Amino acid sequence: MKRTQYLLKRLGWSVFTIAFVLVLNFFLFRVLPGDPARAGVHDPRLKQEAVEAIRVRFGLDKPVINCFESLNPVRFGSCDVNPLETQFFIYVRNLFKGDLGISYHTNRPVAEILAERLWNTILLIGLGQILSIFLGVALGIFAAWKARTAIDYGALLTSLLAWSLPTFWLGIILLFWGSAHGLPIAGKATPGTSSWPLMQQWGDVLRHMLMPTLTYTIVYLGEYTLIMRSSLLDVLAEDYILTAKAKGLNTFQILKDHALKNAMLPLVTVIAINLGFTVAGVLQIEAVFSWPGLGGAIYESVLRRDYPILQGAFLLIAVAVILANLIADLTYSYLDPRVQSE
Amino acid sequence: MTTPEYFLEVHELKKYFQAGRPGIFSRRTRRVHAIDGVDLCLERGETIALVGESGCGKSTLALTLMGLEKPTAGRIIFEAEEITHADERTRKALRQRIQMVFQDPYESLNPTQTIGEIVAEPLVVHGLAREGGERQGRVVRALEDAGLKPAADYLHRYPHQLSGGQRQRVVIASALVLEPHLLIADEPVSMLDVSIRAEILNLLAELRRTRQISIIFITHDLGTVGYFADRVAVMYLGRIVEVGRTKEVLKNPQHPYTKALLSVIPVPNPRLRRERVILQGETPNPIDLPGGCRFHPRCPVAEERCQQDEPPRVTAAPLHHAACWLVSGKKP
Repeated sequence: MKRTQYLLKRLGWSVFTIAFVLVLNFFLFRVLPGDPARAGVHDPRLKQEAVEAIRVRFGLDKPVINCFESLNPVRFGSCDVNPLETQFFIYVRNLFKGDLGISYHTNRPVAEILAERLWNTILLIGLGQILSIFLGVALGIFAAWKARTAIDYGALLTSLLAWSLPTFWLGIILLFWGSAHGLPIAGKATPGTSSWPLMQQWGDVLRHMLMPTLTYTIVYLGEYTLIMRSSLLDVLAEDYILTAKAKGLNTFQILKDHALKNAMLPLVTVIAINLGFTVAGVLQIEAVFSWPGLGGAIYESVLRRDYPILQGAFLLIAVAVILANLIADLTYSYLDPRVQSE
Repeated sequence: MTTPEYFLEVHELKKYFQAGRPGIFSRRTRRVHAIDGVDLCLERGETIALVGESGCGKSTLALTLMGLEKPTAGRIIFEAEEITHADERTRKALRQRIQMVFQDPYESLNPTQTIGEIVAEPLVVHGLAREGGERQGRVVRALEDAGLKPAADYLHRYPHQLSGGQRQRVVIASALVLEPHLLIADEPVSMLDVSIRAEILNLLAELRRTRQISIIFITHDLGTVGYFADRVAVMYLGRIVEVGRTKEVLKNPQHPYTKALLSVIPVPNPRLRRERVILQGETPNPIDLPGGCRFHPRCPVAEERCQQDEPPRVTAAPLHHAACWLVSGKKP
């Protein structure tokens, strides 16, 4: 079948891209200066054995790759290094076991930290995306329907304004506003609530989520409204809309059966790209609201030069972007029959 | 003079569009005179060709007849029923009887629907042929009547998998499926390859014969008119300047504009070659129409009175009218 073939091709490309990113990502952090052992070298109390122990602990005693000096990774053997005993292959092998290494700073497994942080981020952007997509699409349709009226211009102006607001600035403003109204301003939960009943705990988390989610929704709402409006206006100017009118369809039927499906195409692309990037892109929001998400983790790790966490987070982001694009491709093939034959 | 047995009557139909908004400096709203007083009658089963250059108001006339544009003034009477300002419900019922074929088959089909869905949609919308089998039967019949045989090969395909000619047949099929009484075809062949044009024209001619459909055939190409139209109406700047039986108009044109149009149709036989009348200048701006006869700035035989007074429509021969001072005939 053509469709299956198309899906397999897309899937193959995604796997290839992830492999490429994985390799690049690995070397990116090996080229950077500094490791935990070297950071301690300046401390005269640190004994040579201790430095060695740290290096062994993080696997830094092994060569990065065989024949790294000649920069020729394919030359096996002559360098007296077993390729399977290099950092690269150990990294890849551990990756398949779900092991992303150990954080330099906290000494905890990276996978564990990232999983916890990722869940918090998904909670935040999931709710924010759902809200901004639904509201943005609805507002966009409404604006296009009332095109060139005061309502349309009002929606246009508001969306442009919302879209161009700096995220952190909006976050800070909302933070002030929220704190004046008794909303929690930092973190995910009030300390000491872990013993509360589950329902109350969730209520507490939702109260904490309110302001960051609102910031997120406002920023992305504008973008979705603008794209939906212009895309729908484009489609409404098509001849097949006039044809549909001539066939006797009313406005609602035209929107439902003809316009929306075609107008959604550009939006699907933007949503997919946003979904991938917002995993990292909520950094500003997470920093402002001290939300313990992935963006916050990246921010902290950069300050601490915690390379294993950064490396893991980068890989996660890359995978998220690639997956989101894969989903966009699949949605496309469902929405637009022309895609499959290309 | 109203003769009630006419199938479609158009009286003094006008459609003006606003050209931009009234500005800060000019309080007067400028208006485009897209159709400016069109009179037209059509008998049941008759085919009339509407000829004119781009921008003369042919397509606006079609859209106004379809009710897709609201007329500024005038009346439209269809099957003894005034439909000029029909409300939404009447209009929807009318859509079953008046259907339209648009110019561009590449643009007028929704790319996300299959051919079967496109042709069945009018039936669904109007709640016709509710039984699954019956609906399918009508879709298949419409497709085969439009020359897509066997229809089963096309039902599940998408528009992008068809050629231009096939697409236009799909457009025609989805107009036919409602079994309309009047078909308005707005330049149905101008976007198609020359080799396919004749096929589509033949198809329309055949449909007219077998289904007794009246057709308003809009074209800018006088050459295709003689093919199957009973009568031809020549439009210039929003008005019909000459109308008559096709043979008569082609053989014995009265209005200088028609003469000019006819003179530039290539004739294969060099011995029959006529002197070409090449019109000078551009079509005047339909916002500021010239006074008097609207053709006078380009007319090769214009006289002084053409600049002052608008010529009345006179009858040159039975059923052959023209609006020109130089045509002798009696006023209707």
